[in-house]
Amino acid sequence: MTELPKARIATASLAGCFGCHMALLDIDERLIELMKLVEFDRSPLTDIKTFSHRCDIGIIEGGCCNEENVHVLRDFRRNCDILIGIGQCAIMGGLPAMRNAIMHSDEPLRECLEEAFITGRYIRNTTHNIPNDPALPLLLDEVYACSEVVEMDYHIPGCAPTGDVIYETLSSLLAGKFRGFEKEKIRFD
Amino acid sequence: MSTFRLTIDGVEIEASEGQTIMDAADAAGIYIPRLCDHEGLRHQGGCRVCTVKANGRSVSACTQPAEPGLTVDNETPHINKLRRDLVEMLFHEGNHLCPICEASGNCELQAMAYRLDMTAPTKFPYLEPCRPVDASHPDIALDTNRCISCGRCIRASQDVDGKGVFGYVGRGIHRQVAVNGPDLAHTDADISDFAISQEVCPVGCIIRKRQGFARPIGEREFDRNLIGHKINGKRDD
Repeated sequence: MTELPKARIATASLAGCFGCHMALLDIDERLIELMKLVEFDRSPLTDIKTFSHRCDIGIIEGGCCNEENVHVLRDFRRNCDILIGIGQCAIMGGLPAMRNAIMHSDEPLRECLEEAFITGRYIRNTTHNIPNDPALPLLLDEVYACSEVVEMDYHIPGCAPTGDVIYETLSSLLAGKFRGFEKEKIRFD
Repeated sequence: MSTFRLTIDGVEIEASEGQTIMDAADAAGIYIPRLCDHEGLRHQGGCRVCTVKANGRSVSACTQPAEPGLTVDNETPHINKLRRDLVEMLFHEGNHLCPICEASGNCELQAMAYRLDMTAPTKFPYLEPCRPVDASHPDIALDTNRCISCGRCIRASQDVDGKGVFGYVGRGIHRQVAVNGPDLAHTDADISDFAISQEVCPVGCIIRKRQGFARPIGEREFDRNLIGHKINGKRDD
């Protein structure tokens, strides 16, 4: 019997806390079952920084808060057949999107950075400058959900989703049997 | 009192004069989703999540009187889609960040989203309004980012507590719940008020200080069961 070729999975953490990647490891010993079906390409888990092949599944944690996030997300869309947003940050911006609600002035980003680095009451910043190194990716005007930047195929809700939900979703997707989530398993926290 | 029969989703139930469709459904163990309606408070018909088709017409089940021979559609894919749109719009109108909210797991808005399969991003834009937090009261805080203007606190304060701590201000999309004073500390609100109790605010707007996370996330009411299970449970017994 010839073995089926393994599905290739790539993952990335954008404007997230890495909690969803930790939750991916909460699959525990079922990871061994999963690894029989998949191999990891570009991912913080493998420390591979660029795509070596086209991938079947891309898993995105976090939304887009800076230009690097947008580049990575577009790269994933170009190189993955199916793109899955995992966690509330990828779905709706999550906690980083809290800054959207306080930025309603004419120059909101400048005000936000000035308060964070210069004028804030508890700031000890001896340079009195907003960090401006060319290596720092530029912040976007707002935090965007992944679906506002590229077309996303699936979303796994949760903060973070449990290992059970991630495992069940991935294994049913790989088997071509994914039909949405049971209501009892949907969580936003 | 005269009783009569009507059908909800093909199930014949008994109702009596003066009952709304929702009263009759509740008594028969059929759950109709609702947010602004709450047991013990007068009906408002504001959120429209309880919209049903009664003889083909869309009505809010919490205010529409039950009538003999009425045919009511409740859990149809079409109606649930409309309800999901309403709940999504409530999420988009305020700043609802479940991961950091103390009410997560006890929140009826969140639980309604679970029940209505709200799992993917939507076509609606996020309004991301700039709303204040009022922590002036020694025992109570108000995080109005989470308010859905259901008015349950208004009715509880006026009708049950006899106080009128809360009320609506503004019109149209600018209508908001406000307190009767410069801030909550300058009203006669008290932690023992029914309006302040956990069951009245469906979301995490009214916060009782020093009581947070008494029950951990994951073990809360809607972590254990879908919203409506108590009413649906009556029918299974």
